[in-house]
Amino acid sequence: MSLPSNPVLKFFTSLKLTVVLLVLSIVLVFCATLNQVQLGVWGVQAKWFRSFFVWHDFNGVLFPVFPGGFLLGVMLLINLITSHVFRFKLSWKKLGITITHAGLILLLIGEFVTAIYQEEFQMRMDEGETKNYSESPRFVELAVTDITGPEWDQVVAIPAAHLKSPAAIQRPELPFTLKPLAYYPNTVLQMKTQAPTAPESGADRDIGARLAVTPVPLTYKDNERNLPSVLVELNGAGGSLGKWLLSPWLMDSQRFDYEGRTYELSLRFKREYKPFTLQLLDFTHDRYPGTEIPKNFSSKLRLINPQTGEDRQVLVYMNNPLRYQGLTFYQQGFDNNDTTTILQVVRNPGWLIPYISCLMLTLGLFIQFGISLYGFTQRRSAKLAAVKV
Amino acid sequence: MKRILPLIILVLGAVYFGSSLRPHHPGGDFHLSEFGELPVLVGGRIKPLDTVARTSLLQMQESQTVRTAGRTLEPIEWFTLLVFDPAKADALQTFKVVNTEVQSLMQINPEEGGAQKRFSFDQLRAHIPDLEKQVQLAGPVEAKQRTAFQSAAMQLYGNLTTYQQLKYSLQDPESPDFLADIREFETSIDKGVAAVRAQVEGKPHDKAAADAVLSLARRFQFIGDFGKLLVIPPPPGAPDSLAWKKVGESLLGSFENDGVDPAVLAWAGLGHSWRNGQAVEFNEIVKLYRAQLSRGYGEALTKTDIETRFNAAAPFYTSMALYVGAFILAICSWLRWPVALGRSAAYLLTLAAITTTLGIAARMWLEGRPPVTNLYSSAVFIGWAAVLLCLALEFFYRNAIASAAAGLIGFCTLLIAHHLSLSGDTLEMMRAVLDSNFWLATHVIVVTIGYSATFVAGALAILYVVLGVFTKVLTQPVAKTLTGMVYGIVCFATLFSLVGTILGGIWADQSWGRFWGWDPKENGALMIVLWNAIILHCRWGGLVKQRGLMNLAIFGNVITGWSWFGTNLLGVGLHSYGFTENGAKVLGAFMVANLVLIGLTFIPREKWVSSTTAESGD
Repeated sequence: MSLPSNPVLKFFTSLKLTVVLLVLSIVLVFCATLNQVQLGVWGVQAKWFRSFFVWHDFNGVLFPVFPGGFLLGVMLLINLITSHVFRFKLSWKKLGITITHAGLILLLIGEFVTAIYQEEFQMRMDEGETKNYSESPRFVELAVTDITGPEWDQVVAIPAAHLKSPAAIQRPELPFTLKPLAYYPNTVLQMKTQAPTAPESGADRDIGARLAVTPVPLTYKDNERNLPSVLVELNGAGGSLGKWLLSPWLMDSQRFDYEGRTYELSLRFKREYKPFTLQLLDFTHDRYPGTEIPKNFSSKLRLINPQTGEDRQVLVYMNNPLRYQGLTFYQQGFDNNDTTTILQVVRNPGWLIPYISCLMLTLGLFIQFGISLYGFTQRRSAKLAAVKV
Repeated sequence: MKRILPLIILVLGAVYFGSSLRPHHPGGDFHLSEFGELPVLVGGRIKPLDTVARTSLLQMQESQTVRTAGRTLEPIEWFTLLVFDPAKADALQTFKVVNTEVQSLMQINPEEGGAQKRFSFDQLRAHIPDLEKQVQLAGPVEAKQRTAFQSAAMQLYGNLTTYQQLKYSLQDPESPDFLADIREFETSIDKGVAAVRAQVEGKPHDKAAADAVLSLARRFQFIGDFGKLLVIPPPPGAPDSLAWKKVGESLLGSFENDGVDPAVLAWAGLGHSWRNGQAVEFNEIVKLYRAQLSRGYGEALTKTDIETRFNAAAPFYTSMALYVGAFILAICSWLRWPVALGRSAAYLLTLAAITTTLGIAARMWLEGRPPVTNLYSSAVFIGWAAVLLCLALEFFYRNAIASAAAGLIGFCTLLIAHHLSLSGDTLEMMRAVLDSNFWLATHVIVVTIGYSATFVAGALAILYVVLGVFTKVLTQPVAKTLTGMVYGIVCFATLFSLVGTILGGIWADQSWGRFWGWDPKENGALMIVLWNAIILHCRWGGLVKQRGLMNLAIFGNVITGWSWFGTNLLGVGLHSYGFTENGAKVLGAFMVANLVLIGLTFIPREKWVSSTTAESGD
C-alpha cells in the first residue's frame, strides 16, 4: 500500500473517509426509513436519497441538515476510485477486494442511472378496455386537443410545472394563449349546490362555473393520489375566451369552438403513448379457500402491434411481468370488484447493471474470504500438528 | 468418568429427544389422537384438528394445554369437549385477560384467574354485550393508534368469537342430539320439501312438515354462517379439491343433492358417541371416516398424520431445553474439566441442531416451501443457521465459547419463535406477492443467514465483554482467539448479507419493476450490510482494536434487531407483516441491553476482573 503525499489525495483516498461515509449512509438510511411514515416512499426518495442535501424547513427557511444520497454516493465513488488508482497496488492477494469494489462502483453507477432515467407509469384497464397509452401515477399535464378533423386529433400537452407560474403559455399549434390563474396541487371538487360554503372555483365556462374547489394538503400515502386543479384563462387575438377549471377529478374533457375549430381541454395524468395497444381480456383474483388472503392476481392481455404485425395473448401475474420494447408491465393492483387491473409500467435502461454487479460482488467476496479462510485453515492445521508433535 | 461424561450426556440428551417422539394417547378409551389427525380446511390449507386446537389455545391463552382442577388437558381433549360438549368447555379457564381495565369491564375478579389470569367462558359471558360496545367504539381506530385497553378488548373479543365459531364447526351446539336431528331430517326431507313446494304454489299441504323443514333450513343457515372450519370435503374427483364446506352449508346443499353428506353424519356420529361415552363406537366412526377419506384424500391424510405427530413431538421445544443444557455445560467447562464438559456441550448442541433440522425439514415438507416463509420461521431458521456456524467455529477452536454463544442464540431465537406462534397458525399461506419458491429459497435464505452471522458475531462479542469484565476466563490468548472468531464471522456476515440484499433487489426487479424501492425492510437489510462493511474497514484501517471490534459487533445486534423486527413496527411497505406492542417493548429492551454492554467496555481495562489474572492485549 503506497500512501499519497498530496493532502487532497490523502483525504479522498483515506480509509477513515470510507468509514465516515458509510456511517453517514447508515444514519441517512435509518432516518429516511423513519421519515417514510410521514412522507411516503416517493417523498422520502426525493428528500433523502435523490438529493445532494437533505433540507429541513425551519419556520419557512430551508436549511441543509444532512448530506443527501447523491452526495454520499458521489463521495463514496470518488473515495473508491481514487483509493484504487492511488493507494492500492494491484496484486493477486487483493483480487477479491478489487472485484468487489468494482462491482460496488458499478452498483452505485447503476443507481444513478436508475435515479435519472427510470420512468414509472401506470395502466388502468377495465375488462374489455383497450389502451395505447400509460399514465404517470403522479405527474399531470394540461392537454389541449384539436378534434376538428375527423381523421385524427392534434394534442398539445403542457406539463404541470408550467402551470405553477402565472406566465401566459403560447404554443405555435394553438391560436390562443393559456394563462394559469391558480394551481392547486391537491384538491377536492364539489358541486356548488352540495357545498355552499366552499370557495368558488372562479371559472365562468362549462362545468367549472358550477363547481367549488377546496385545496387540501398533499398526500404521501402509497394508496392515494394527489388530484390537482388548475384555473386557466384562454386569450385569443380578440381578448378573453373565458376561464376554465380543469382537474383529473373531471372525467370528461371540456369542449369549445374557436375560429371554426373544436378543441377539448383537460388536466389529466401525464400520458405516454405507445406504438401498440393492450386490451384487458380478463382479470382474475384468486383467494385461498375460506380466507381473504390473495393467492394470485393475473391479467390476461391481448397485445396488438400494427408495426410488427403482432397480435397475441399474454398473461401478466405476480412475479411474472411482460417485458416488451424496453418496458416492463407488472401486475400492481386491481380495483372495481376485480374487474379493473392496474399494471405498473416501468422503463429502466439501467436494469441490467445490478445483475452484473451482483455477480461481481459475490465473486469478489468469495475469492477474498476464500483466500483468508484457506490461509486460516492451513495455519490452524499446522498449529494442531505442532501441538500433537 | 471424565472420559465417558460426554457420551453419557449425549445418551441422556438422545433419550430425552426420543421420549418426545413416542406416540401420545390422550382421551383414555377414546382414540382422540386419531380424531385429532382428521383433516379440515381452515386458513386456506388442509390441517389436522390437532393443529386447530393448538393454535386456537395459543391465541386464546398463550399455552397449548388447559389446566383444570384435576389434571392438565391435552389440546385435542379440550377441543373435543368444546365441539361435542360445549357446556363443559365453557367452565374451563381458557381466556387470558391481563389488562386490568378489561378485567373490570368484564367484572371478573383477577384473583379467580390465578397467576396466569385465565378465565372461563362462563365467567366472561355475562358482560360480552359490554365488551361488544367497547369493540364497536375501538373498531374504527387504526390498530397502531389503539390504547392498550382498546387492543386488549379487541383481542378478547376476537378470541371469544373464534371460540364460539369453533363450537358451531362440527355440529349444532344448541341441539341435545344433533345426530338424531339429522336422521330425522334425512327421513322427512322429501316430505318436507314437497310440503314447502305445495305451500309456495298455494296448494293444500302438510303445514307442520313445511314449518319443520323451513325451521331446520334456518338453523342450518345459522350454523353455516357461524361455523369457522370447513370440515366437509368435496367428493373425490371433484373439479376443485379445495372446495370444502362447513357443516351448515353442506346440510343446506342436501336440499338439492341426494341426501346428507356422509361426512356430516360422521361428525354428528362422533359427537353422539362422545356425549354418550361410547368409546368403541367413537373409535369405529373415526376409523370408518378415515377409510372413506383415504379414497381421494390419501395424501392429505398422510400430511395431517405427520403434522399431528410433529405437533406432539414439538421438536423446537425439545431443542430449547437442549440449548439451555449446552449453554450451562459450556459455562461449566471454563470452571472445571474444560475438555470433557466442552465436548459434552458440543455434543448436546449437535443433538439440538439435529432436532431443529428435523423440525425445519418437517415443516418444509408439510408446506412444500423453502424454510423461511414468515416471521416465525425466520426466527427458527436464524437460530438454526447461527448454531451451525457456531458448531463450525467450535470444531476449529474447541474452547466452548462458540458453544455458549450457540446455546444463547438457539434458545433466544426459539423463545422469540414461541411468542410469534401466539398469533396463529405458523404454517399460514403465502400472500401472492411473496409466492415464489425460487426467491424464497435464494434471497430469503441468504439474507437470513446474514442475520444469523451478524448475531453470532454479536453474541461472541457479548461473551468477550461479560467474560472480560466479570470473570477471569478472558485471558490474553482467549481474547485473541475471540477476536479472530468475531472477525471471521463478520466477513461471513458481510458476504451473506450483501449477496442476500442484492438478490432481494433482483427479486424486486423481477416482480414489481424496481431494483431498489427503499422499502423499510430493504433499508434494514442495507443497514446490516453497511454496518458489517464499516466493521471490516475499521479493522483493516486499524481504526479499532480488540475492544472497538467487539463494540462494533455488539452494535451489529442492535442494527440486526432493528432490521428484523423494528421495520415491521413502522407499518409501511410491502414487508410489514404482524408484530405486536409487546414485541416492541422486548425489542427496545434488547437494544438497551446491548448498549449497556457496549457501555461496560468503557470501564478501564485494568478494572476488568480478567485483567487481574494476566496481561491482555488491547
